[in-house]
Amino acid sequence: MNATPHIVTSRWETPDAHTLEGYQRSGSYSGYEGIRAALNIAPSAVLEQVRQATVLGRGGAGFPAGTKWGFCPPGVWPRYIVVNGDESEPGTYKDRVLMERDPHQLIEGCLIAAYAIGAAQVFLYVRGEMAHAQERIAAALNEAYANNLVGKNILGTDFSVDIVLHWGAGAYIVGEETALIESLEGNRGMPRLKPPYFPAAKGLYMAPTIVNNVETLANLPWLMCHGVAAYKATGSEASPGTRLVAVSGHVNTPGVFEVAQGTTTYRELFYSEQYGGGIRNGNELKMFIPGGASAPWFFPEQVDLPLEGRTVGAAGSMLGSGAIVVMDDTTDAVKACLRIVRFFARESCGKCSPCREGTTWEEKILRRIMDGHGRPSDLDLLLDIADNISPGPYPVASHPEAGLEAVPFPPRQTTICPLGPSSVAPITSALRRFRHEFEAKITKRDLIPLSVEPVGGRS
Amino acid sequence: MSRFTRENELLAREIIARYPRPKSATIPLCHLAQEQDGFLAEDAMRHISELVGITAAEVRGTASFYEMFKLKPVGKYLINVCTNISCQLLGGEELLEHAEQSLGIRSGSTTEDGLFTLEDVECIAACTEAPACQVNYRYFNTVSNEQFDSLVEDLRAGRNGEIPDHGTLGRVRQHIEPGQVANITAPEQQSEPGWFRDRNTAAAAEQGEVSS
Amino acid sequence: MSEAPKPIVVDQPVTITVNGAAIQAQKGDLLIDACERAGTYIPRFCYHPRMNPVGMCRMCLVDVDTGRGPALQPSCMLECSEGMTVDTENEKVKKAQDGVLEFLLINHPLDCPVCDKGGECPLQDTTVGYGPGESRWVEEKRHYEKPIAISETVQLDRERCILCDRCTRFADEVAGDPLIHFMGRGANTEVNTFPDEPFASYFSGNTVQICPVGALTAKPYRFKARPWDLEEVASTCTDCAVGCSVTVQSSRDEVLRINGVDNDAVNWGWLCDKGRFGFEAIGSPDRLQGPLELHGDDLVAIHWSDAVAKAAALISEGLRSGGPQGLAVIGGARLTNEAAYAWTKLIKGALGSDNVDAQLGDGLPAELVLGLPGATINEACTPGGTIIYLGPDPKEALPTLFLRLRHAIVEDGARLIELTSTESSLTNLAAASLLVRPGETASAVRAIRGGGGDAGGADVEQVRRAIDVLSGDGPVTVLIGRTSAAESPQTVVAAAEELMTLDGVRFLPLLPRSNVRGALEAGMSPGLLPGRVRRSEAAAWFGQAWPTIPQADGLDTAGILAAAAAGKIDTLILLGADPLADFVDRELAERALTGARSVIVVDPFLNESARRANVVLASSAFGEVSGTVTNIEGRVQRVTQKVTPPGTARADWELACDLGEALGHDLNFDGVEAIWAEFQDLSPVHAELSLEALEDPANIDGLLAVAPTEVQSEEPLDSATDSADDSDGASAEDPSDAVADPAESEVGDAAQVAEPEETDGLELVSSPDVLRYVAANDQVVIPATDAYAFRLVARPDLYDGGTLLSHSPSSASLVKEAVLTLNPLDFEKLGVTTGAAVRVSNGARSILIPVEPSASVPRGVAACGVNLSGVAVSRLIDSSSLVTDVRIEVQA
Ligand SMILES: Cc1cc2nc3c(=O)[nH]c(=O)nc-3n(C[C@H](O)[C@H](O)[C@H](O)COP(=O)(O)O)c2cc1C
Ligand code: SF4
Ligand code: FES
Repeated sequence: MNATPHIVTSRWETPDAHTLEGYQRSGSYSGYEGIRAALNIAPSAVLEQVRQATVLGRGGAGFPAGTKWGFCPPGVWPRYIVVNGDESEPGTYKDRVLMERDPHQLIEGCLIAAYAIGAAQVFLYVRGEMAHAQERIAAALNEAYANNLVGKNILGTDFSVDIVLHWGAGAYIVGEETALIESLEGNRGMPRLKPPYFPAAKGLYMAPTIVNNVETLANLPWLMCHGVAAYKATGSEASPGTRLVAVSGHVNTPGVFEVAQGTTTYRELFYSEQYGGGIRNGNELKMFIPGGASAPWFFPEQVDLPLEGRTVGAAGSMLGSGAIVVMDDTTDAVKACLRIVRFFARESCGKCSPCREGTTWEEKILRRIMDGHGRPSDLDLLLDIADNISPGPYPVASHPEAGLEAVPFPPRQTTICPLGPSSVAPITSALRRFRHEFEAKITKRDLIPLSVEPVGGRS
Repeated sequence: MSRFTRENELLAREIIARYPRPKSATIPLCHLAQEQDGFLAEDAMRHISELVGITAAEVRGTASFYEMFKLKPVGKYLINVCTNISCQLLGGEELLEHAEQSLGIRSGSTTEDGLFTLEDVECIAACTEAPACQVNYRYFNTVSNEQFDSLVEDLRAGRNGEIPDHGTLGRVRQHIEPGQVANITAPEQQSEPGWFRDRNTAAAAEQGEVSS
Repeated sequence: MSEAPKPIVVDQPVTITVNGAAIQAQKGDLLIDACERAGTYIPRFCYHPRMNPVGMCRMCLVDVDTGRGPALQPSCMLECSEGMTVDTENEKVKKAQDGVLEFLLINHPLDCPVCDKGGECPLQDTTVGYGPGESRWVEEKRHYEKPIAISETVQLDRERCILCDRCTRFADEVAGDPLIHFMGRGANTEVNTFPDEPFASYFSGNTVQICPVGALTAKPYRFKARPWDLEEVASTCTDCAVGCSVTVQSSRDEVLRINGVDNDAVNWGWLCDKGRFGFEAIGSPDRLQGPLELHGDDLVAIHWSDAVAKAAALISEGLRSGGPQGLAVIGGARLTNEAAYAWTKLIKGALGSDNVDAQLGDGLPAELVLGLPGATINEACTPGGTIIYLGPDPKEALPTLFLRLRHAIVEDGARLIELTSTESSLTNLAAASLLVRPGETASAVRAIRGGGGDAGGADVEQVRRAIDVLSGDGPVTVLIGRTSAAESPQTVVAAAEELMTLDGVRFLPLLPRSNVRGALEAGMSPGLLPGRVRRSEAAAWFGQAWPTIPQADGLDTAGILAAAAAGKIDTLILLGADPLADFVDRELAERALTGARSVIVVDPFLNESARRANVVLASSAFGEVSGTVTNIEGRVQRVTQKVTPPGTARADWELACDLGEALGHDLNFDGVEAIWAEFQDLSPVHAELSLEALEDPANIDGLLAVAPTEVQSEEPLDSATDSADDSDGASAEDPSDAVADPAESEVGDAAQVAEPEETDGLELVSSPDVLRYVAANDQVVIPATDAYAFRLVARPDLYDGGTLLSHSPSSASLVKEAVLTLNPLDFEKLGVTTGAAVRVSNGARSILIPVEPSASVPRGVAACGVNLSGVAVSRLIDSSSLVTDVRIEVQA
């Protein structure tokens, strides 16, 4: 079970993997062999392989890439590919490493995708704050262009495509694909409403556009080299292959790990030596975020769930971007809740009234409670504001034994995108489970300790 | 200062040429201007608006949406301390507090000597290295108070290592030789790529032969 | 606020269920509109039926099931599809809408009592209608510096703003002036301009009207009134000839605000700022309070009875000495249709002079305007159609027409071929923009029709593109007018004649001056009589109704002025006209005013020319008279009196009647209704346009006088039906009725002049043919410019120094200073600095004017706005030459 193949991380320990030479020399396949393999078959055949391999999107929604590519309306040109390297979801930390350590792998993934759908151009949208990743990709692209791996008549064939590195400038919402497109057009990164603006039909410059996560595309060279069967040999039937997860917070050895999808469990991740190495100081697990700050929290009773989108979804949360944040029993639930809500309030793009006004309101109330100025009515008010951003009732009951309803997931929304509704996840998670902590702060100043001891980590 | 220098204007034009529509270069050009001046000056925004063909209000509308663009001057070193959840759990807020004390400023402001601006930021994707911070977007992992102080010390003393002045994004830039460009034109001028059509048709014909 | 869904044609009906009831909707129509059309109003803030939806405010959420289970969806973004089930009022919807409203209110100051919008505020109304009772918000509200001026006339209070994106969308999408924008992010988002770059849009006032709260307010209206104190009437703006529908709002007999009304055929609810804010001029203290008479060197106030008698005496004296040829009228475009008809009847039908011209040499031959196959604005803006534009920059001359054209091109795929001598507001929108040497448009037209030649110097690539556009299908509409006052109208006529032969082509003539088309239709042009007929062909018809008919075609404005200068005009009547300011050739106008034996002025203001009058008759202005006006298309719309004129000023039509009576010709009109009835009866093209029809709410967009194209079929329509009726005998009363009334009632008067005596043969005269333009094919040979000369382009500017702006305190600062613009290369050659004065001369006369470089001006051309403050370029224009060449000298 632990013999997980290194599909996307096979060069992470190779110091010069970011150079063309390093990429071609090391790793679990030889660099740019994937695109060579693709060029030997028709674009439609490449698309078919990706479809058969069920390469799930790694950006959050977990939608199969092959199926998404197939949504490009026939006969409408040009088509674009936009790579989502905006990675900003709190706790998420994988695309940056992929870009810094193995940029050619991503470039090759872009080429394969562009070939499969007939793209006119690829844009690599990299989060602005990641200066090092920008440098590594710029250098790799320059090398690739110079060696006829990108640009005109790639590898001496008729296949030609441009890949352009684009710099983000600091806005979480731009990770949302329609906002990403707006941003790439030079606008404020405010999401467009789907429908009618499904990127595959009306995306960049209103042309069909495929937006894929960095990790999603990084899987493609390996897939083209080793074939569909080898790819599906790892992971579960519905979720083949591996996933990168970042385990952070109160574990002894936090890090970014490539794990088999659908088979590895949270327990293994937190406690096995190979991964998290146990909760720090031998403390008890209080709660954990199973897939990014937008995901409703999980508690000790869910720790045996496998890392699989479907299963986690059925349990009332999401695997999302693979960001797992572990919180031990010294954690102040209200403080953690406020910090996450504050994030959404700061990052709201401001387009939808419920998100713009609602998240700031939530933050203000939580801050008041933290500061000892809470009112008893605040808790119901919080839940009602939450309900006005993401209306209930919530059908899945994930804590029936405790008589608790599950938090709403996937969220219903009075907004355009799920950012506003995401602010509801920490509130309902914390408030339903730890209402007493909130009440304690309202009635008296409470002293739930929060450890500040830094714990070393690796990645 | 403020409008692009001759050299940067050439660079700006090269960047614009990489996009099917000039407006798409707005954000990269704001970065370039910030690299030139250390912040995004009004005249620079005007110059950008001329280069990409939109109004200055539109440039400002776009720029002001993004955290990284500073419409007012900031310190030579922008220190971003992450306090988001993973860092908070391991002392991010305490690190920020220490930084405020040690620099003698509140988060969001600049030291009098103009060297440092301190900011409390959202997740910077270094969650397993908490608490983490960045100086001009270069990472410092699992930072203790002492490490923070010596970092500041080094910067004050001019030992800035790999850290360029605020505004410089990447010291390596993408550059495409004109002869290498595959085909960058406005979307209206694009049609189905010849290679795509030919290769799919050839495959379909072969399939047809096989099956018939 | 008139923000009802725009009219549509339902040609793809789908059935949707709204609150349990099945309704028919147009496939693809927005759900919010479909529901409203069916009587179910869904609350909204960001949605506006004339702009693309953004789905921002989330107020319009309703519960929609399209087969995948019910879900909250914004009805402003959702298109109707077959079988859709919608609930707009269940608990879920109510909760969501209440929630949104609460969110919008938490940061909104509750300063309704001092807010301009209080009482007509959608946010306030919705709160009362849907909102929760008390606020659960105990935090501090968002604070901003109190109102900031974002332009000369518009102020923004960011605390009240609910970020609906209406103003910013309007600026970008509709006006094409994205000078206001969202700044910042999330809860710190605000609307603002770039520092020191104000929202200087000709259309900025629209944002005030469409703001759903009181965040945007207009300087001319701020704190002037509470909405519930306002009374309003529906009317039509007469600042230019587009004819935008408006409401005129007043309180205590003072006009306080003009708002746009959504007229689907014309302005879609939009107005330009001049039309919106120019009302201040109505209440200006500079208005004439009563009549004046020249006493020595001064104009002094007199009684009306004396003034009318004096004017009548001047006229009769003139007629006695020089006959009807010595009587001339310039102006009439400012009048209503009724006033224009009354004056035509007085001058042409009672006094027998044909020297009447409503145009001031700035227009086109009336025969061309009225006689070409006409197009409406909607026809010109047909999606996918082709527009050929050769005329004044529409943004300067006919602002809302610019908005319509822009929409047609940007949103509806219309393609534009522009022919112009300097770049215009349309240049960036054009599929082909031909920069033509001034005066040489006809050669450019020949070239785009495949006739070769040098295309008036236009770029070959642009010519190629134009040929390409013209080879496509779809209707072709030509918008034609005067690009430059420094070119003779003959150059435009020549171009029009080249275009007449295009298959199925229609023309929309662009005469910008308020009701000029109405005046022409009422016969205020030499050689014409009311109803688009030639004097020569309609004499018999009008002879039955009028005491007299002019014996010969009269003079146009240039001719009248020349005659006056030569001492051949006894009485010159200026009917709302100021030739010193408005006529292109100022020298001639000056000589004319000196040369005319007497000058009678009818005007609301004592303009420059009026200061040289013998008698000044104070007349009423916009908002003070009722009646009708006619826009560029020939669309007749109502104007309505809302306030009383200042002092004792009288309506223009009344003054015609007063003078008639004093001269022994009772025009026999007791009101505008009677005038319209007579005009309608006599005009062959206004038959359908009864006052009842015009008042019918179904005709809220106004009614078109029958377009000449329809008359162009084999037999002229009217005469065909008339004669058929006649021979039938069955409904013979019809045509005789039409003329019987006025004829009968005027028998007495008619007898005095006693010209046409065949009153018995009434029924034998059939109504005259509506005129059709016949190409004259005159050769227009434009002389070559010599190498040292510049060819002058004198173009209109919205913010000119006309009466309106100069008497509107809030907008007066907008009036532009005259400058001469040259191509940067030419400018460089001069070796002067920007703003330095240069001497410009046409050989005979010269002016001193500041000069500036501008890339929008081609080499060899010198461009300037007409009638701006500072310098009168019109001094350089000789109205008798085809083009105007000037020399420029640097001042030492
Ligand atoms: C608020 C928000 C933020 C997001 N941020 C990211 C991001 O940083 N990176 C990413 O790849 N996807 C992000 N997504 C998901 C993208 O919208 C999109 O689904 C994804 O890029 C598709 O790629 P995939 O199919 O390869 O997963 C975000 C979505 C939302 C709603
Ligand atoms: S939900 Fe929030 S972030 Fe998403 S579009 Fe609406 S306002 Fe923007
Ligand atoms: S009216 Fe539909 S979201 Fe605002």
